Amino acid sequence: MPKNLDVKKVLVIGSGPIVIGQAAEFDYAGTQACRSLKEEGIEVVLVNSNPATIMTDKDIADEVYIEPLTVKVLEQIIEKEKPDSILPTLGGQAGLNLGMELDESGFLKSHGVKLLGTTAETIRKAEDRQEFKDTMEKIGEPCAASLVVHNVEDGVAFANKIGYPVVLRPAFTLGGSGGGIAYNQAECEEILENGLRLSRANEVLVERCISGWKEIEYEVMRDSAGNCITVCNMENIDPVGVHTGDSIVVAPSQTLSDKEYQMLRSAALNIIDELQITGGCNVQFALHPTSFEYCVIEVNPRVSRSSALASKATGYPIAKVAAKIALGYTLDEIKNAITGKTYASFEPTLDYCVVKFPRLPFDKFITAKRTLTTQMKATGEVMSICTNFEGAMMKAIRSLEQHVDCLTSYDFSELDDEDLLERLKIVDDQRIWVIAEALRRGISHDQIHDITMIDHWFIDKLHTLVKMELKLLRIGEKNSEGKAGTLEDAKKIISYETLLEAKRLEYPDAVISRLTRFTQDVLKELRDEYNIHATFKIVDTCAAEFEAATPYYYSVYNGKDSEDEAALSANSGKKKILVLGSGPIRIGQGIEFDYCSVHATWAFKKAGFETIIINNNPETVSTDFDIADKLYFEPLTPEDVENIVRLEKPDGAVVQFGGQTAIKLTQDLMKMGVKIYGTDAKDVDAAEDREIFDQILEETQIKRAQGATVYTAEEAKEVANRLGYPVLVRPSYVLGGQGMQIALSDAEIEEFMNIINRYAQDHPILVDKYLQGIETEVDAVCDGEDIVIPGIMEHIERSGIHSGDSISVYPAQSLSDKVKETIAEYTRRLAKALHVIGLINVQFIAVGDEVYIIEANPRSSRTVPYISKVTGIPIVDLAAEVMMGKKLKDLGYKPGLQPEAGYVAIKMPVFSFEKIRGAEISLGPEMKSTGECLGISKNFNEALYKAFVGAGVKLPKYKQMIITVKDSDKGEIIDIARRYEKLGYIIYATRSTADTLNENGVKARKINRISQESPTVIDLILGHKIDLVIDTPTQGRDKSRDGFLIRRTAIETGVNVITALDTARALVTSLETEETEEGLELVDIAKL
Amino acid sequence: MKAFLILEDGTVFEGKHIGADKDVVSEIVFNTSMAGYTEVFTDPSYAGQAVCMTYPLIGNYGVCVEDMESERIWVDAVIVRELSHIPSNFRCDMSIQEFLEKYEIPGIEGIDTRALVRILREKGTMNGYITTNENIKYEDIKAKLEAYTTGDVVSKVSCKEKYLVKGVSDLSENGPLSGSAVFNKEDYEASRKGDSSKKEKKPAIVKKLNGKGFKVALLDFGAKRNIADSLAARGCDVTVYPSNTSAEEILKDNPDGIMLSNGPGDPKECKDIIVEIKKLYDSNKPIFAICLGHQLMALATGADTYKMKYGHRGGNHPVKDLATGRVYISSQNHGYVVDMDKIDKNVAEPAFINVNDGTNEGLAYVGKNIFTVQFHPEACPGPQDSSYLFDRFINMCAKREPCMKSDT
Repeated sequence: MPKNLDVKKVLVIGSGPIVIGQAAEFDYAGTQACRSLKEEGIEVVLVNSNPATIMTDKDIADEVYIEPLTVKVLEQIIEKEKPDSILPTLGGQAGLNLGMELDESGFLKSHGVKLLGTTAETIRKAEDRQEFKDTMEKIGEPCAASLVVHNVEDGVAFANKIGYPVVLRPAFTLGGSGGGIAYNQAECEEILENGLRLSRANEVLVERCISGWKEIEYEVMRDSAGNCITVCNMENIDPVGVHTGDSIVVAPSQTLSDKEYQMLRSAALNIIDELQITGGCNVQFALHPTSFEYCVIEVNPRVSRSSALASKATGYPIAKVAAKIALGYTLDEIKNAITGKTYASFEPTLDYCVVKFPRLPFDKFITAKRTLTTQMKATGEVMSICTNFEGAMMKAIRSLEQHVDCLTSYDFSELDDEDLLERLKIVDDQRIWVIAEALRRGISHDQIHDITMIDHWFIDKLHTLVKMELKLLRIGEKNSEGKAGTLEDAKKIISYETLLEAKRLEYPDAVISRLTRFTQDVLKELRDEYNIHATFKIVDTCAAEFEAATPYYYSVYNGKDSEDEAALSANSGKKKILVLGSGPIRIGQGIEFDYCSVHATWAFKKAGFETIIINNNPETVSTDFDIADKLYFEPLTPEDVENIVRLEKPDGAVVQFGGQTAIKLTQDLMKMGVKIYGTDAKDVDAAEDREIFDQILEETQIKRAQGATVYTAEEAKEVANRLGYPVLVRPSYVLGGQGMQIALSDAEIEEFMNIINRYAQDHPILVDKYLQGIETEVDAVCDGEDIVIPGIMEHIERSGIHSGDSISVYPAQSLSDKVKETIAEYTRRLAKALHVIGLINVQFIAVGDEVYIIEANPRSSRTVPYISKVTGIPIVDLAAEVMMGKKLKDLGYKPGLQPEAGYVAIKMPVFSFEKIRGAEISLGPEMKSTGECLGISKNFNEALYKAFVGAGVKLPKYKQMIITVKDSDKGEIIDIARRYEKLGYIIYATRSTADTLNENGVKARKINRISQESPTVIDLILGHKIDLVIDTPTQGRDKSRDGFLIRRTAIETGVNVITALDTARALVTSLETEETEEGLELVDIAKL
Repeated sequence: MKAFLILEDGTVFEGKHIGADKDVVSEIVFNTSMAGYTEVFTDPSYAGQAVCMTYPLIGNYGVCVEDMESERIWVDAVIVRELSHIPSNFRCDMSIQEFLEKYEIPGIEGIDTRALVRILREKGTMNGYITTNENIKYEDIKAKLEAYTTGDVVSKVSCKEKYLVKGVSDLSENGPLSGSAVFNKEDYEASRKGDSSKKEKKPAIVKKLNGKGFKVALLDFGAKRNIADSLAARGCDVTVYPSNTSAEEILKDNPDGIMLSNGPGDPKECKDIIVEIKKLYDSNKPIFAICLGHQLMALATGADTYKMKYGHRGGNHPVKDLATGRVYISSQNHGYVVDMDKIDKNVAEPAFINVNDGTNEGLAYVGKNIFTVQFHPEACPGPQDSSYLFDRFINMCAKREPCMKSDT
């Protein structure tokens, strides 16, 4: 069927801020689909509240709205832009829900707008639990015994009937929010209550528990003519019970015979045919491990995290093909862009093994429960490719950026056998390390399988890795004198076969070195001597059956005969530039850095370079096969990068766009002889090295808070007492304020130093005097002489809260011209003194008219996409240009601080606290937000209103709130509370806060503390009639369980919680405006 | 033990020996299916060929005897990247290593199979020699390599005497309908203890016995078991005839329809069979042919076949049903193909084409109740998408519908 010619202008809905369960994969899918639509000459209107995305670039869509994703806003955009169609299946569950609401209300029909792709009826059939079950029953596809309930009583009655455990799944929520497994009635009641509240449709599915079964997924495509193919099937190593987003997943399935594989494949096709899906779809099955019995778990009638993974795992561009299908094309009409010879109707076949590993945020939430359940907790993921499973596993582990590189990285050797077996019962992010320890002790595969239900095949593969580890350890025992072993010694005790096998299993040299006690240099020499090197293979969708046009590579160690396909690729004759990506999405290093990497790649490509990207994140745009000239899907460790450098011999590398992951590789790249484009490594170091940096500040006469570098707790306490408390304590060389704390006493210093030193520190720790003032931030481009500062951003929250968690306002609203000038001048001086070529991010505190520097990072930052978009100044492109030797003056920019834009743009952090049981939600110097959204308007209040709405804070509802603040905030809270009261809010407060308020003429109702008799503050929150909790925790670490419990209860009950007075003030300001969702001014970013 | 694969072009791959210890010269082909190695190795169409599996991890779920497509392994040798040393599947009867040893099939693992496939893709299918003898040099066996052909392998793989596969009289004999299986712990434990009557049956996709009462003659050129099973599952009584059976003998039994099976080798080697097939063509019996059968019918009616550069072997090729425009993913295994340019439009019309390379995948015979396909609707291994063709054939036998009528 040819293209539907009636489609000329399409509205694409993005997925909004990055939250757990809805991350970068939708930027990847949306960007790919928009490009695919534009390729067909279609005008694309894009709406997404997330400014850090590539899809919201004006190069990607024709009209771009970074506006809150609400029905009202979408209606206004539709009225303004008059698209003929809308594509809701690319923006995750958020986009799909919006599309459905627009359809259900009749708005689309009355405005003559068609839903492209899968129809609303189909979406309902797939999403509505009961309709889905009925449909499955009709076509003979089994679902686990289940019942949809709308109240707790019915749910409990059914659960009691089918027996525990039962799985509870709320309908229409992200990443399974609010779901879980209940093992008894009490748990069932608790989860049900929570789930019913979180569900848009107020419904929860109570289901027979099939945990322990194999979890198998199929990614399926179907066109409007009814042609169906499966793009990929995937097997979760973690059996049913762990959300697939938190599972270790392998593609293709490894333990299914053709009979099972085809049975489930046919079922998947049967299902999407019945549902009449048009586009991409994900079908999840549970397969009984010892029979042919299976159950359909769920169907996602849209592109998803899994489809992004399947696209990267196979090379098949699901979103691109889905967009073409939405336009009316059939699968046999769409060319496969990878081969150029086959069509989209050709099912990909793999000749390698793919492993996906979740990136979990427990390093950020130390108090959180690490248990993995049906509620997704991962913020991101890594993928790796190898020709064997063990190798793919090892590559994935070292890609995680989590201080892990092999199966010894978590140590369980202190547990006795009995405790170890108990530990094995816990399903958490460390389970495979526990299994490795069990294997080391000779605990049988059967026993491990019986406890974990992980298939024997995977356990055996882990055992292969453990056996190699033990073999290398034995070599280490022979290596007499520690690390003194020479190449000659190594040759004698490490055979060619052993070393090749270790490398085939992807043991990195660093690990082999630790185990054998030979230095990495000796091992490298030995590998040269034995000629054991990585070779690169192509991902081509067809197992080499057809020639592939796309250079998408992965490495393998396969002995002397192994063919290197990357080496065979034609020499373009161009200069080669290596762009290092940013690895998995985690708190502190999000999608912003992928935005920067992609833009830098495009800029270098435009300038005539051959661009080479190395990255390991399957969710991102940077790992799409047509972004760079060459894509290496590899871990970002020095050794892995060196393998590529050895082959490609690049003319240079850029490290300043890939966040800390890339910056960390600078020294190693220089050792390899790779020229670093942009700021020199020594200058990057100068910004991190306290002493050198102090010296530069002195020379440039820039003030900073007093402080010193220390290595021990004793030194830290000494410095703190000299400076006077409070002080900031933080490790150097980290991103996202990891480990940063405000200390009020010697005891707290002790505590924080302990935490920081949990991981071996190569770098010193910084102790600074804590200053209270207005925090500001700039991103600038410097060409060595001149700088361009697009604008100054001001944080609403005072210093002490991580910049990534602060509400950020551009242009700065409360700074005097003098302060602005000082900031611009300091930035200029600093950039010059640090010899910055490219980007620099500097944070300041303004205390009155005095400006102090907090820190400078000569690299891209989290705010780069945001500031680029709202000022219209493409600073990543400029940075790339100056790295190539151009001057800012020649690029058409007047040096210095650029004139302020006519709009106020407010970046609002978005958190995923409700997903992480037990996480401390109060804000501090360590970053906790997972994403952000933007509010943009000509006036400040409207921008602020939009930002809050975009972040999901939609008030008022019940006009009741709870305030409980620490003593030092009691003075400031009075005015804030008065303003809420004026808006009609009924204020509840704990004893002392209530007293303060009442004494000052703000009516507050006293409520009981948790320890007092009911009704307590917790009962009030659970009563579902509270809009907001303002709770400022005692400075430092809040040790009172009361505050923690209040905050957790509120978050898990879906109540907005604010832990800083400045945020509370900003919220009330936004509520005081006359703005409503109906009358917002919509800003087309592409036309700024 | 080391093993070597020496190709006709002089390329030598060094790997590890697997399976039986013997040297073999064979035609080297590759298959891109990710699962289903048991079915591939036991498919008689591979007789005379050594198969390289492009998926690197082979043997993960061991060998389930009931998945075998014939009585034995027919490939001359297997070439894999990595052979799994522990099989893991609830139905597994033996490991792949045991399986190879049992049928005395040699093999090689640990080579860069992707590099091998790239050679075959660029230079075309070629012969190879697999040995564990380090002293054998290319020059020593060059003549042997060049002289090797699969020859007349059909008579080797065909059954020697005719036999009957009785059609099921009740759908439940087919095993549970896909999706309706329910795990039964007692039966599972009994089957583990060796009570094979308790072994869970493979799931079926057949939902009605539309072939009940029909007699089908299946001419065995190396038929995969699932062809007869697919018909029997629909209720047909299938009589399987050796490849050298005369047309008269088959027609004497007065079947309702005739099936020509898949099989190995160059169709043009089957001169005698082609003569008999021409007679069957003239008989006006409904005929459905698969793979080699399809090629033989084409040759019998004046068309031509040629050897493809490296063939189609895998489970992912899209074929288009030209009558409906629908595309199906098919199971494929063929090195020869009917020449599209030499089809007499008055005799036959293309019914299916391969979406990727446009080659012929099926013919509908003009004025006849005959249709033939190049791919494998019996699947095993591979997708079951085109199993509807068996129903189409049964409809022809019942003279309910002419062959070109769409079933969708």
